[in-house]
Amino acid sequence: MNITQTPPLNVHRLRSDFPILSQTVRGKPLVYLDNAATTQKPHCVIDAISNFYQKDYANVHRGVHTLSERATLAYEAVRKQVQQHFNAASEKEIIFVRGATEAINLVAYSYGNRYINSGDEILISAMEHHSNIVPWQMLCKQSGAILKVIPINQQGELDLNQFEQLLSPKTRLLALSHMSNALGTINPVKQMIAQAHQHGIPVLLDGAQAAPHMQVDVQDLDCDFYAVSGHKLYAPGGIGILYGKQQLLEAMPPWQGGGDMIRRVTFEETEYAPIPYKFEAGTPSIVDTIGLGAALDYINTIGLDAIANHEAELLAYCQQQAEQIPQLKPIGTAADKGAIFSFVLERVHPHDIGTAMDHLGIAIRAGHHCAMPVMDYYQVPATARASFGLYNTREEVDVLIDGLKQVIEVFG
Amino acid sequence: MLQDEMRNLYQEVIFDHNRNPRNFHVMENANRIVDGYNPLCGDRLTLYLLIDDNEIIQNASFQGEGCAISTASVSLMTEMIKGKTVKQAEQLFEQFHNITTSHDDEIKLEELGKLAVLAGVRDYPSRVKCATLPWHTMSAAVKNEATTVTTE
Ligand SMILES: Cc1ncc(COP(=O)(O)O)c(C=O)c1O
Repeated sequence: MNITQTPPLNVHRLRSDFPILSQTVRGKPLVYLDNAATTQKPHCVIDAISNFYQKDYANVHRGVHTLSERATLAYEAVRKQVQQHFNAASEKEIIFVRGATEAINLVAYSYGNRYINSGDEILISAMEHHSNIVPWQMLCKQSGAILKVIPINQQGELDLNQFEQLLSPKTRLLALSHMSNALGTINPVKQMIAQAHQHGIPVLLDGAQAAPHMQVDVQDLDCDFYAVSGHKLYAPGGIGILYGKQQLLEAMPPWQGGGDMIRRVTFEETEYAPIPYKFEAGTPSIVDTIGLGAALDYINTIGLDAIANHEAELLAYCQQQAEQIPQLKPIGTAADKGAIFSFVLERVHPHDIGTAMDHLGIAIRAGHHCAMPVMDYYQVPATARASFGLYNTREEVDVLIDGLKQVIEVFG
Repeated sequence: MLQDEMRNLYQEVIFDHNRNPRNFHVMENANRIVDGYNPLCGDRLTLYLLIDDNEIIQNASFQGEGCAISTASVSLMTEMIKGKTVKQAEQLFEQFHNITTSHDDEIKLEELGKLAVLAGVRDYPSRVKCATLPWHTMSAAVKNEATTVTTE
């Protein structure tokens, strides 16, 4: 990652913004290191939700009454905020969805059904989350298209030579994670997008993991679609973002039908609403969207560059401390990595590590991380994973490392 | 001490069977071979049984890789079911299922002998399947039902 100089975060002050963090688990102070699964919520997000229900709640785009207008204004203001945050060219390019999974499914369904046919190829990578594999497999099954996979190497980096060779005249779409949730790898997406575009291939980026850890500029990347989950970004669950280039979105058919996505309905014919509304059928997750706005405000007040620096430092410290443990093998050692530390321990199964850590108040993830092909590649049944957020500290890394040493003693 | 705090789940017997699993080998003359798989945690085991004409389990062994709970569970299971009839083994499974999923005071842990050490999983809902996978696999094997069993 490119590190710009920023002053260090006042993490101890930031921690007090997150009420959940001050509790104990099994009598130990909670050490929350499962941020790649989901992040905790600051007061300002929790309050924004509560205040909105208490003062401003009504359905959006539907009423002339005061509350509905207020709710609509607030809801649309978040769209503007999201546009600015990701530097999209227009608000129309921001579609609210449930999460990254829904964003990807929307593209697979709508773009896929219109543009992808029998014999065409869809290119993904070997480090994708199941949500960036299964929708494409479903599309392939239905359309007769073929799924191609960019392989990875032992470090957990994409094989860029293979990538180049896999770009064929039959490739219709490249769908790629910006940052891997199982390995932490940050892919060289800007360069890969440029290469794909040389062949006229549009690119979808799965930004579920990248968005919380770095400033993302969709115009600079020149990606065609970008998928984000709010809940990994300190926002509530149930709200996510699909960015899509205007021209593409306008040409794509809607994917769900219902209210809000129409201009005029008769029993003979329906005229669809313009983008983004064409893709937002039904009453949206209004209050979660308001919460997303509060979360973006919160993150931007701190600054994503400062957050990225802090997390990079934590990761470096964690990797260095982990070297004291000879039985520990990191999984995913890419040169460019985000704040994810995946590992296995000799003779201790990740599930046992997870349960043992929980007894020390430490929340980590143990499992396949919805990336079974990655586990198969490394020939491990599962890994343990510590993933960092803006509120984690070096002291917490120390607690983790000390805990792992105890686990080895007990199980070894 | 971590070990003391985890005693509720990880009793000494479990550590012992995890470090030195019993009946951990391929059985050449097995007449039932079934794979068990827990996709959630990636645990895999292959269970080998030799069942005679009188429905008695003459021999039981396993291969595979799993967490301490599932390894201890399958190791203990192979010890326990050897020499039992298929029917007795299934009854044992039923009792085992009860102790791993409920807090019912009626359950008599003594009847289960060593298996009772696994009762702690009932307080860890995400770990129950680790303990029961071997038993589901055994149940399919004695019924000659499937060649692969999954917990999902
Ligand atoms: C890389 C990646 N893509 C997609 C997803 C799916 O996100 P969600 O479950 O919020 O839709 C995740 C979340 O686990 C992820 O880590």
